[in-house]
Amino acid sequence: MKGTEAFQELLPLINDEPVVHANGFICRESFALKDREANFYMIGSMGLASSIGLGVAMCKPDKKVIIIDGDGNVLMALGTLAMIAAEAPANLLHIVIDNEVYESTGSQRSLSSKVHLEEVAKSSGYKNALRVEKKEDIKAAYMKLKELPGPNFLLIKVEPCFDPSTGRVTHTPEEITERFMLAIR
Amino acid sequence: MSSLTSQSFIKRLVQEEYKFFTGVPCSLLSGLIYELESQDEVRYIPAVREDAAVGLCTGAYLAGTMPVLLMQNSGLGYSLNAFTSLNLIYKIPMLVIMSWRGKDGKDAPEHIIMGDIDKQLLKTAGMEYSLLSEKNCEEVLKKAKQKIMEEKLPYTLIVEKGLFDERH
Repeated sequence: MKGTEAFQELLPLINDEPVVHANGFICRESFALKDREANFYMIGSMGLASSIGLGVAMCKPDKKVIIIDGDGNVLMALGTLAMIAAEAPANLLHIVIDNEVYESTGSQRSLSSKVHLEEVAKSSGYKNALRVEKKEDIKAAYMKLKELPGPNFLLIKVEPCFDPSTGRVTHTPEEITERFMLAIR
Repeated sequence: MSSLTSQSFIKRLVQEEYKFFTGVPCSLLSGLIYELESQDEVRYIPAVREDAAVGLCTGAYLAGTMPVLLMQNSGLGYSLNAFTSLNLIYKIPMLVIMSWRGKDGKDAPEHIIMGDIDKQLLKTAGMEYSLLSEKNCEEVLKKAKQKIMEEKLPYTLIVEKGLFDERH
């Protein structure tokens, strides 16, 4: 499955949940396919989508909060998996689009071809962690992990396919903050 | 505030509607963290790194809760990219309580350089700060709140050794 196909499967499953996006390919692909006010697009600060998502989940315990992360981001902040596991917000679903490369900078390899991030999450203490390799399996895995008390982790293995001509997020950072805060109030 | 203690300072922060506390410890802040851990009305979330604590505070603010980050000045290096590529451009504020290790070059070797340049780093990044003292506490809390609410920028209070009690 290509990265874009994973987003095409995943995004229609999301309703009004706050979604925190990792920078690079993740932000740009999601924005290009379906922009939403409850999307927080983290365009810089690589590695922090997971801690931002944790903060939102802790302060909005009545909302299911979703993080769409990348393998490079997760590897940069492995310690945050421990923070999420220790804090254990039941309302957090951490999704990782794992293409095994830093795609938006020219597809340099990451370490996730050798390190299974869903196993790292599971052994850190996430309640449930699943790995999906076929796009037909995304929906069932997502629905299951969304319903089960978390924190839960969904790793989706994809092939790199990012088209560099895909636009960047056109909202200004300040606009992203304002509309996200309003949307999840 | 009559006399400044870890207890009275945390109480003031809670009165000021700061409700989310996280950070990475420093001995100079150990009394404050002890107070946070021992009070029922507030929680302190241990962070693994200072930049992860910045992320956590960012999420809390986005969800409508005013955050406080406690860290040693060594953590400024780790968190500078988070401040410049996230908080300063997205206008996401927080109160930063940063200890000043390496003051006047009198400290363990690893603290000397950062203790010399941390204020310049904050200034260069466009982040305002005040050196907290018993005398100016009310004034700087007011100034910090103003910057946070009106300009939506992080504001740093610098804590010198001896200002708060240490718990070892």
